[in-house]
Amino acid sequence: MRLHNYTLLYLSVALFFIIGVWASIFYFQMLDEVYDSIDDNLQNYKILIIKKAKTDSTILQKVTFDESNYSIKKLPSIAASKTKDIYKDTLMYMENEDDLEAVRLLKTVFTINHTDYYELNILSSMVEEDDLIEDLFYSLIWLYAILLVSIFLVNTFLLRKIWKPFYDLLNQLENFNLSSSNFQPLKTNVHEFKLLNNSVSDLLKKNIELYTSQKQFIENASHELQTPLAISINKLELLAEKNELTETDLYMVASVIENLQRLTRLNKSLLLLSKIENKQFSDEETVSVNEIVNRLAEDFSDLASFKNISIEVVQHAELSVKMNKDLADVLLGNLIKNAVVHNSSNGYVKIILEQDSVLIENSGDQTLDAQHIFKRFYKNAAEKNTTGLGLAIVKTVADKYGFEITYSYNDKHCFRIGF
Amino acid sequence: MKILVIEDEASMQEIIKETLEKEKYLVESATTYDSALDKIISFDYDCILLDITLPDGSGLDILFELKKLDKTSNVIIISAKNSIDDKVAGLNLGADDYLIKPFHIAELTARVKSILRRKTLGGKNELVINNVKVLFDDRIAFVNKEALALNRKEFDVLAYFMVNKNRLVNKTSLAEHVWGDFTDESDDFEFIYSQIKNLRKKLKDHHAEIEIQAVYGIGYKLIAL
Repeated sequence: MRLHNYTLLYLSVALFFIIGVWASIFYFQMLDEVYDSIDDNLQNYKILIIKKAKTDSTILQKVTFDESNYSIKKLPSIAASKTKDIYKDTLMYMENEDDLEAVRLLKTVFTINHTDYYELNILSSMVEEDDLIEDLFYSLIWLYAILLVSIFLVNTFLLRKIWKPFYDLLNQLENFNLSSSNFQPLKTNVHEFKLLNNSVSDLLKKNIELYTSQKQFIENASHELQTPLAISINKLELLAEKNELTETDLYMVASVIENLQRLTRLNKSLLLLSKIENKQFSDEETVSVNEIVNRLAEDFSDLASFKNISIEVVQHAELSVKMNKDLADVLLGNLIKNAVVHNSSNGYVKIILEQDSVLIENSGDQTLDAQHIFKRFYKNAAEKNTTGLGLAIVKTVADKYGFEITYSYNDKHCFRIGF
Repeated sequence: MKILVIEDEASMQEIIKETLEKEKYLVESATTYDSALDKIISFDYDCILLDITLPDGSGLDILFELKKLDKTSNVIIISAKNSIDDKVAGLNLGADDYLIKPFHIAELTARVKSILRRKTLGGKNELVINNVKVLFDDRIAFVNKEALALNRKEFDVLAYFMVNKNRLVNKTSLAEHVWGDFTDESDDFEFIYSQIKNLRKKLKDHHAEIEIQAVYGIGYKLIAL
């Protein structure tokens, strides 16, 4: 959920309750005021009628409401003395509405000359409560809707305006790339954003430093390993030459050499990876992919024929790419080597050159995990002799030049490089 | 034949020295920039092995000094850095070859011998063992003046063994030398065996007085019969 809608959701729930509570308080207060006003009016009317009755005794005969809004009834003196003013709500038939409507009734008792007691009933039309509630309800619904719409609009505007630095930052972080470190600090006067900006800046700086030093470390470590590796292998080679060793000794020496050579290969691959990442293959030229593929196919022909694997190069087009020549060799060489080495017996390798892509297909029994094959040190448990870095190197080279590399399996392994 | 090894790593220097002395060369060594400079100014060498990184200076500077003395044609640079810049700089300064650590001693022997052959035989770049002769520039091998029908890789294998006569040639070293870097992970180099089998058969058919022997688990050795 976007920040925008999130705020709106909370505000709409809060407003719903606030307006609800406010509406009930408002309703009762208003009703109270209305009653107060009506009752005052009735009181005033009462005084006027009593005054009139003292001078004009004809109105004392008015026992029903009829067209006017009061009635007078003579009372026996005993009962009347205790009666006080009573206001009450009651219903009365209204001609115009053809229905019973709420009215306010004042029942009071007055006396003339302290001998005759009369009961006076005065009516006043009332607020129709159900209508009032209905009106109030609709007004409030409107208020609520308009409030939400205005909050939405204001919020949109504010988010765009005030939160711009925030979204800019977010956008930058989304596109941030450790190796190209393209972070631009924000320009903002808001304290919190400044803080965020500084924190993010610091964090990224530390990360970039860490990344760079780690890359540098791998390169340096690999370099430093070369000499001791060379010494160990060469000393063992000299030892093996000495003709003093038994066959068992030789076998052990051979096994140590073999392992040291694996270590050397691993080290070389790591070095190559960090060199590519450290941008040490900067010189580019237009290289002919056809030429490289044909040469590589020839290079691998001995190995392939030993394994009874056929290599076929299908050239649908002449393909040239602007890139580093050595890396072009590494990219295609690793893929073709993979196709030859990880093949089924009596299998085939087919290299298809298209206008803007190279397809390298080879026979194989089961699909590889497309998610992980390009990760470093990913390898099949059964293959002890691979470094698990070949495809990682391929991917690194492809990424460096923005080539698209994909793997698919359809009864055969298929790697495609889109240039 | 006098060879100078400029290398600061004592063990490395020992190995190079031992390897080359087995080929009956006279090997001298220098471990620092200054001592190296002393030696190249005072003496002439048939071949100089030069480590690029020295404790008190750069091997490239020594190369520069050698260029001033007009003595660069027989230099092999040895470096732990597989750096194209260094390689280009070194070769531009007149170095003859560039060898990256770690290397195999057979490879080192082959490179040194290649330089010495070119230097001493006056263009006649060839090697003879008993009745077998290899012409490196023409890429032809003869047994008793009769040309052997070898394919490209078989010739490379034979030439590599000839250069490393009586020396143990590691199969990785052979694979790297003949088939290049890409062969490294390929099934313990079993395929090399089939190539050597073919080569052995051709040599035997021509009654060559050399033999390629298998050394258990490690590789092969060419011996003169």
